[in-house]
Amino acid sequence: MSNAAMQGTYLGEGSGLRAWLLTTDHKRVAWLYLISLTVFFFLGGAMAVLMRIELATPAGDLVSDDVYNRLFSLHGIIMVWFFLVPSIPGTMGNFLLPLMIGARDLAFPRLNLASWYVFIFGSLFALFAVVAGGVDTGWTFYTPLSTLYANGFVSTAAFGVFIVGFSTIMTGINFIVTVHTLRAPGLTWFRLPIFVWTLYATSLVMVLATPVLAASLILIVLERVFGIGIFNPDLGGDPLLFQHLFWFYSHPAVYIMILPGMGVVSEVLPCFSRRPLFGYKAVAMSSMAIAVFGFLVWGHHMFVSGQSAYAGVVFSFLSFCVAIPSAIKVFNWSLTLRKGEISFETPMLYALFFLGLFTFGGLAGLFLAALAVDVHVHDTYFVIAHFHYIMVGGMVTAYMAGLHFWWPKLTGRMYSETAGRIAATVTFVGFNLTFFPQYMLGFNGMPRRYHTYPPEFQFWNVLSSAGAVVLAIGYLMPLFYLGWSLFRGARAPDNPWNATGLEWQTSSPPPPYNFETMPVVTRPAYAYDMKGLEHESFSPHREEAAR
Amino acid sequence: MSGTESVAFDTPLRERRADTFAMWVFIGSEAMLFGAIFLVFLVAHIDFGPAFAAASKRLSLPLGTLNTAVLITSSFTMALAHMLALHRHWRPTIWALVATAALGLCFLIVKGIEYGKEISEGLAPLLGLPFRYAGPDPVHAEFFFGLYFTMTSLHALHLIGGIVVIAGMIALWPTSSPANRLRRVVAVGLYWHFVDIIWVFMFPVLYLINR
Repeated sequence: MSNAAMQGTYLGEGSGLRAWLLTTDHKRVAWLYLISLTVFFFLGGAMAVLMRIELATPAGDLVSDDVYNRLFSLHGIIMVWFFLVPSIPGTMGNFLLPLMIGARDLAFPRLNLASWYVFIFGSLFALFAVVAGGVDTGWTFYTPLSTLYANGFVSTAAFGVFIVGFSTIMTGINFIVTVHTLRAPGLTWFRLPIFVWTLYATSLVMVLATPVLAASLILIVLERVFGIGIFNPDLGGDPLLFQHLFWFYSHPAVYIMILPGMGVVSEVLPCFSRRPLFGYKAVAMSSMAIAVFGFLVWGHHMFVSGQSAYAGVVFSFLSFCVAIPSAIKVFNWSLTLRKGEISFETPMLYALFFLGLFTFGGLAGLFLAALAVDVHVHDTYFVIAHFHYIMVGGMVTAYMAGLHFWWPKLTGRMYSETAGRIAATVTFVGFNLTFFPQYMLGFNGMPRRYHTYPPEFQFWNVLSSAGAVVLAIGYLMPLFYLGWSLFRGARAPDNPWNATGLEWQTSSPPPPYNFETMPVVTRPAYAYDMKGLEHESFSPHREEAAR
Repeated sequence: MSGTESVAFDTPLRERRADTFAMWVFIGSEAMLFGAIFLVFLVAHIDFGPAFAAASKRLSLPLGTLNTAVLITSSFTMALAHMLALHRHWRPTIWALVATAALGLCFLIVKGIEYGKEISEGLAPLLGLPFRYAGPDPVHAEFFFGLYFTMTSLHALHLIGGIVVIAGMIALWPTSSPANRLRRVVAVGLYWHFVDIIWVFMFPVLYLINR
């Protein structure tokens, strides 16, 4: 990459390993995250592929039950904490937040770099747990299984997750303070891009929910290592308490994972339909509403745990309430497309797939929020299908949309549009083939977390396993054409999609401190309906005129 | 840049405001951590009230009270440091900070004596130590002591963190600009007061309840 064209950009500022590992430039930290998260994504994905191969036949012939337990536990732990939670905030959030609000960097650049090191430190514990023999508790670490009966490296893995929590909190604090204190002149709250709003809502959840996970993991480690029996009935404790604490974090964590994806889609859809985002304020506020409601619904994971029926009814009602802000977003995105000049570039394809898959997964969430239906499908593949539609079909698809949308800005290079469109389509087909059959399996009663099953479930399982292979190809393809683009791709113009937003007003890739002159904002976000966008808009040399 | 530590800010004043705000956000996060554990305690207290009340009487009220006084005094010296730093009296500021850290150490020493006493009386249900509690409902008394050690050690860890940060701040003092000194004193002061306030809640909940 070190050639003349990169001079004067953040990529040209020293190319040695040392220059990258000691950088405090938010754009370079984003790359550190991007590379490490890609490794974890494929590691977790490989485990899922092994599980799907095992499940292609009813008998347990590829791996033993014990190994299977470890595979799904580590798949969950890695995908949730080492990919999904930091995914968009760590990579695109880090890279774009200062650019989008016209700042030189995040408020605390060294804290930002520290958050990556803490992430890596925590991930070493998790990787050690993988190599040393694994964990067999599921990603949920339920007590008393995790404290009294599990044989794996539970303390090591839990400690790794605990440490990664610090990294999450650091990122959250940094983002919140940055949005409050470093917006460019004229960039009022209601002119912020929705991506910034969703990062802000995500950060609030990160800062307020992660410590509760930390508390529950501390208590598990205290029980396993020090013998303090908070969750052990023999020592006076209460195992169900763990579920309350765990889900008080882990339900909001679902929104940590999905909110930034919603932000990405809110950027991409207006750009490729050449229309302002429909109902901007409603979309912005619905992100905040999701963040708030997210704290009040943890009991819907515990409908069959023996909690009181009244608690069940209240949690069920509140869970239905979460559907309202989510639906507001879906309808506003759909109306944004109406009468738009839609073009199907790769990011737009991913964003449209997100829209469909998220809606489909979200509707299944309403089934699960209903008490009686949940009792029927609890702990079956129906639940698996539901949250994979949100987390993979929604979040990972949005991640890919964002990666393709901002790739020219990240690298200064274009990628093969044809390859991108093929990969997006293969992913969409593979995803549905993998996970739609799991709805059928779950509704017919196949429980999750078993490595064998009765032969009558084989038809849907074979479809699902075949889909997993297609999906894997869909995810591997970008590795190649984006990797190729990184070194050989055509030069990207500053604003290849002709998009609004401050990040497109600086060069591709941006200079070390983002803007040659600090920008001044004079327009609302997504001003795609205003004439002459590419000529005037927010360009830095208009600063004088605006003053 | 113009005397700021982070390249993102153009003036030290804006950086200080951002630091203070960040510390408040962090405190919000910490409040959720302690909140979760307090909640565990309070739920357990509702379930096993009599056992908890009896077990609570085995804690040392004099030492707990002494520690409360020590910690509140340390908050006073920390507030002094903040005031002195605002008026740029740097030398007295240092002494106020040293006094704060020393009072924090005092607290830890007293806490250590308390732990030693409880372990020797067989009230520490951890690391396989013998638990010799003679009162009613020993199973739930054991739960109480488990929570007692969890909560107080978590608080002590935060206090140790505070002392380490004050020590670091003093080590960096000679090479720091006035703006950086003030900024750090304000932020660390907020954190210190927060850790004190946690104790102000912990003391009645653990020592005084149902007395």
